[in-house]
Amino acid sequence: MAWKLLIFLEKAIIWVTEEEIASPLGWIAKKRYRTEERGLPRREGENDLQIERAQTPHLVIKPTSGWVPLSFRAVWEYRELLYFLAWRNIKVRYKQTALGVAWAVIQPVMIMVVFSVFFGRLAKVPSDGLPYPIFAFCALLPWQLFAYTLVESSNSLVADERLITKVYFPRLVIPISAALPGLVDFLFAFLVLLGMMLYYGITPSGALWALPFFILLAVTTALAVGFWLSALNVQYRDVRYTIPFITQFWLFISPVAYPSSIVPEPWRLLYGLNPMAGVVEGFRWALLGKAEPMGGMLAISVGVAVLLFITGLYYFRRMEKTFADVV
Amino acid sequence: MSDIAIRVEGLGKLYRIGRREKYYTLRDTLMNAFKAPFGFFRANGSQHNSNNTIWALKDVSFEIKQGEVVGIIGRNGAGKSTLLKILSRVTEPTEGYAEIHGRAGSLLEVGTGFHPELTGRENIYLNGAILGMKKREMDRKFDEIVAFAEVEKFIDTPVKHYSSGMSMRLAFAVAAHLEPEILLLDEVLAVGDVAFQRKCLGKVGDIAKEGRTVLIVSHNMDSVRQLCQRAIWLDQGRIRKDGNPLDITVQYLGDHCGLDLDNRGQFRRRHRDTLGKTVWIDWVELRDSSGNLCTEYSYGSTLRLIINFGGHIPQRDFTVEWILVNEQNHRISFGGANPMCGVYFGKDDTRMECALGPLPLTAGKYNFNIIARLWGGPPWDFWENAAAFQVVHCDPYETGFSVPSHSGGDFIISQVWTVSAPR
Repeated sequence: MAWKLLIFLEKAIIWVTEEEIASPLGWIAKKRYRTEERGLPRREGENDLQIERAQTPHLVIKPTSGWVPLSFRAVWEYRELLYFLAWRNIKVRYKQTALGVAWAVIQPVMIMVVFSVFFGRLAKVPSDGLPYPIFAFCALLPWQLFAYTLVESSNSLVADERLITKVYFPRLVIPISAALPGLVDFLFAFLVLLGMMLYYGITPSGALWALPFFILLAVTTALAVGFWLSALNVQYRDVRYTIPFITQFWLFISPVAYPSSIVPEPWRLLYGLNPMAGVVEGFRWALLGKAEPMGGMLAISVGVAVLLFITGLYYFRRMEKTFADVV
Repeated sequence: MSDIAIRVEGLGKLYRIGRREKYYTLRDTLMNAFKAPFGFFRANGSQHNSNNTIWALKDVSFEIKQGEVVGIIGRNGAGKSTLLKILSRVTEPTEGYAEIHGRAGSLLEVGTGFHPELTGRENIYLNGAILGMKKREMDRKFDEIVAFAEVEKFIDTPVKHYSSGMSMRLAFAVAAHLEPEILLLDEVLAVGDVAFQRKCLGKVGDIAKEGRTVLIVSHNMDSVRQLCQRAIWLDQGRIRKDGNPLDITVQYLGDHCGLDLDNRGQFRRRHRDTLGKTVWIDWVELRDSSGNLCTEYSYGSTLRLIINFGGHIPQRDFTVEWILVNEQNHRISFGGANPMCGVYFGKDDTRMECALGPLPLTAGKYNFNIIARLWGGPPWDFWENAAAFQVVHCDPYETGFSVPSHSGGDFIISQVWTVSAPR
């Protein structure tokens, strides 16, 4: 049964990666050609040069000092590159692997099994009245998304060293594009969760609308840390060795294997300092209909995430100019 | 609108070298962060310590007009690539500023961002996006790029299965179809086989003809002469010469080949080059026909090459050869004292003289490489660029026009012309 599900998933994945992700390019290209062939004649003697000269930009290059503006506009201008890099990361991620995207499912499922046996069955960790496997799996989804995003974005700048030293573009594009494949993995694991919910007969609560918000919160937090660590990683390769430690550490301080309700009441606000606490409890609330997460704790989680994100952005921008020289 | 495409003023780039920074660890940084919380945010590179820093570029100023094709030459480490990196915004200058009028595209390396797992088609799009092309633009040029790279058959094969030449061709093809107003190229013309290189040169030539501004870093003087209207010679981070590519490349090559014309015709061997040899070339003199040391000759004059040996000369079959090389370090002639020419050495014959001439050479710089060996055997001593001289005046037809070497060739074959009306 499980095996059939995997095969089905694999097929779905091939279908998605080949038809939806790989070929939009070929497909769009073909479409463009058709329009081009059909008409839209270019005016006589008109070429790109003339079109571009009309909007001659004037660029001044000089040393910058102090704080640098965030300039989201520059990132927006390079959105096509962002798209292509993200697409490359997705495309390359499971190349030459036997199981392919099935890995996106195998990992959380295996962890869930281990957690269920040792924490759920043997250690009798409470699960807020929910079946322990789905209780854990529902938390593992955002957790995997978070951990993947954090690890990939932190290593991204060093991994794309050649791009950084040879081509100009807003460097923020790199950690962001590195993070996007995590969402694809998340999507596939999410299908498994839906299957499990069917099996356990759990219907999603009315709070399902809040789910995108919690996904966003997880990605924001991971990217925030990713901005910090990737920029630091350029200069200090120590970071590379701290990343596994950070993710492991973070897993234990997040309510993945246990409910946050085991944290005594007065400490729960403090517990919210870990944004993943808010995310995980939010997921359980939105999907499994568990009691609403504490507003105060959630507010603190959001606040911390936003603070980390903004400082991360500024630090990244601040260090950006040295990347090409130091990496 | 002014017709300036690039204006650079007082541009400088300081790099930090040395050990202290390299082994700067996170722990140190964190310690500093606790000591001075705000200093942590300061971008590194603000403390300019002259001991472990190097100016890769210093006080560089120039202007490039729209449509100009400029070659940048210089030795390794002269700052050429740093200049292009600054102009393409990959790295920031430490001082000075640059203005760029127009959309600039740069190619500092062929195939940046190529991913071996992706197919040729996918890499074209990825690489194009990296180089700043819009998808619309790439869709339009896709067929052209594939045709240029000559990889039609393999376009859906992962690039990792390509030969290195093929992937380089594909990469160059993508870059060649960039259409910015200002194009910055760093040593990218030496890609693929000779035929493809010619194609690349042709493509860059076309780009230049379309009125785009092109800045090329190259070590190939021929392509600089062919493509550029102007050359800038960078030396140790500064502009050494700026001007006509013919003159600049000639001067650069002369400098590059170690032509030292200031020593008045006497060239001594460095001691360490002679260590451990039984026979070595000790020193060389160049004298003119009246016996004076001289490094400047004119067409038709005679040059006396005097070679002095150290060590013990074997009496039989000893041979001394010279090879004459031009500024491009191409050998253009040779000669030797050996049994073939009926020259035999005596035990104490450590000095030999060769009267060369009348010199058929065109104006330019020349150099002798000198080899000592047993006839037909491996060289015992080889002194590259032993003695340099210059032909300063070449007027073989005595018409008052001087013939420089780079206008056609290194030497003149005596010739007699007659012109007449058809009979």
